[in-house]
Amino acid sequence: MNPVIRLAPVVSASRFGAYRELTIEAPEMAAGARPGQFLNICIQPGGAHLLRRPFSIARADRDGGTVSIVFDPIGLGTQWLGAREKADIVDVVGPLGHGFDVTADPGVDLLVGGGYGTAALAFLAAELEARGGEVHAIVGARSRARLYEDTILDESCASIAVVTDDGTAGVQGLVTDPMPEMIKRFAPRVVFGCGPMPMLRATAAVAADAGVPSQLAVEEFMACGVGVCWTCILPVRANGSLKHLRSCTDGPVFDGEAIAWA
Amino acid sequence: MGVDLAITLGGARLANPIVTASGCFGSGKEMSRFVDLRSLGAVVCKTVTPEPRLGISPPRGAETASGMLNAIGLQNPGVAAFREGDLVWLAERNVPAIASVGGHSVADYVRCIEALRGAAGLVAIELNLSCPNLEDRGFMFALSAERTAEVTAAARAASDVPVFCKLSPDVTDIVAIAEAATGAGADGLSLINTTLGMAIDPLTFRAKLSTGTGGLSGPAIKPIAVRCIWQVHRALPHVPIIGMGGIAGVEDAVEMILAGATAVAVGTANFYDPTATETIARALADFCEAHGIASLDEIRGQVKIEG
Repeated sequence: MNPVIRLAPVVSASRFGAYRELTIEAPEMAAGARPGQFLNICIQPGGAHLLRRPFSIARADRDGGTVSIVFDPIGLGTQWLGAREKADIVDVVGPLGHGFDVTADPGVDLLVGGGYGTAALAFLAAELEARGGEVHAIVGARSRARLYEDTILDESCASIAVVTDDGTAGVQGLVTDPMPEMIKRFAPRVVFGCGPMPMLRATAAVAADAGVPSQLAVEEFMACGVGVCWTCILPVRANGSLKHLRSCTDGPVFDGEAIAWA
Repeated sequence: MGVDLAITLGGARLANPIVTASGCFGSGKEMSRFVDLRSLGAVVCKTVTPEPRLGISPPRGAETASGMLNAIGLQNPGVAAFREGDLVWLAERNVPAIASVGGHSVADYVRCIEALRGAAGLVAIELNLSCPNLEDRGFMFALSAERTAEVTAAARAASDVPVFCKLSPDVTDIVAIAEAATGAGADGLSLINTTLGMAIDPLTFRAKLSTGTGGLSGPAIKPIAVRCIWQVHRALPHVPIIGMGGIAGVEDAVEMILAGATAVAVGTANFYDPTATETIARALADFCEAHGIASLDEIRGQVKIEG
């Protein structure tokens, strides 16, 4: 669908461990949103910080007409958003970007999520499961408080491996540690990933070693989010040559093997 | 009563004075999801060069107070692909186009202009003489009156449409550069390009742009733009000026017209408000009606300076 720009009321604002979840009323966005797409949200109306901030869509409730985002309130924009309460108004553009490609026939897939990046994969898991697929997931974070867990993910996945850097939840280690074993066991067609860039880079490498294609949702600085500023480019190799593709309109989901990691 | 907002820009007739700033609107395709391009005077396209350019490595942008820094390195598909793709797309929709051309030598500008001759819907060419982001920074034409005159004369001779020179504010005397451009045949001036800035992350010690420095844009630079337009208009009152730099609302557009601008371009505002151009174009008609302004000629350059 074409993205829209609108003022949207906050329906609920809640805590998820260290993270915040914000649900807004935006029926047309809820109806058209695909997993992997993002919203671009104004973070300081009338203030000196003009640029919107991009957030992956964590959930789209088509019947309820709402969309949700999950974020870590560590920066100026996320702290402002984290302070929003029910009935506050936010200025949103979306849904933006290409989501994950889920058009293939149903099969077995592996999701790898780091930190709040897992939220976008919960949306994807529900979609893949609804299409008749079998979904397995590896969910990781620095510690238990930064682990994104939700019932949609639990209900949509046939199995979930939990990993934390410090061992406060699940197995101690990195999300890539269980990958070779899970790839061997479930033989997924695709590895879908969302999380910090170093994690995505490692995920792409493990998937490539195992001969499994990967679709990764990247996070880059974006001034506009709508395809005109060319600040959010990601170096990608295509047909032997290097291209600078826009994370906003050419992404934010890219083929992990094509990304020319810095 | 209808207010007539039509303007003439060095021979090019536009339905209204609100246009887009080069590099802030693509060629309109992406933005047409948010605005009716026919509500604008013209679309000023992103700068093209004779050959495709990959642009620089990220990070390419950083937010700053009331603005942002960018360094893109003129990523573009090359003038031929631009003409066959974006220019045709705009012409099919009857949207007047102004092409922005750049390069590293006088010959590069001439090559671009020759490649654009006869293009349908092309109403003017803007020479990007002031992009501070190229790797070879010795070639910033707009810093020198002589080089500005040299490239302008060659461009004017090659072009079949009006030629506008886009100047940098990062000079000691912008009037001297403006006079060099018009003396060499420029049909008008675009004022201003970004001003060179820098931002550093205090925690990582890293510059926020991969090039170190980049162009500062947004409302933070608007007073610099208004000053440049006013200085140049006072010296060259008959030269049409496309004013730009921090335009975010209709009051900003009126301010630039009072300083002497004939047209006004919306740039960085498109990034955070994709509807900004159409909103301002419509609001300008309302503003004129509300204030009894029948034509923008009544207010152009009419700033009052008391004391």
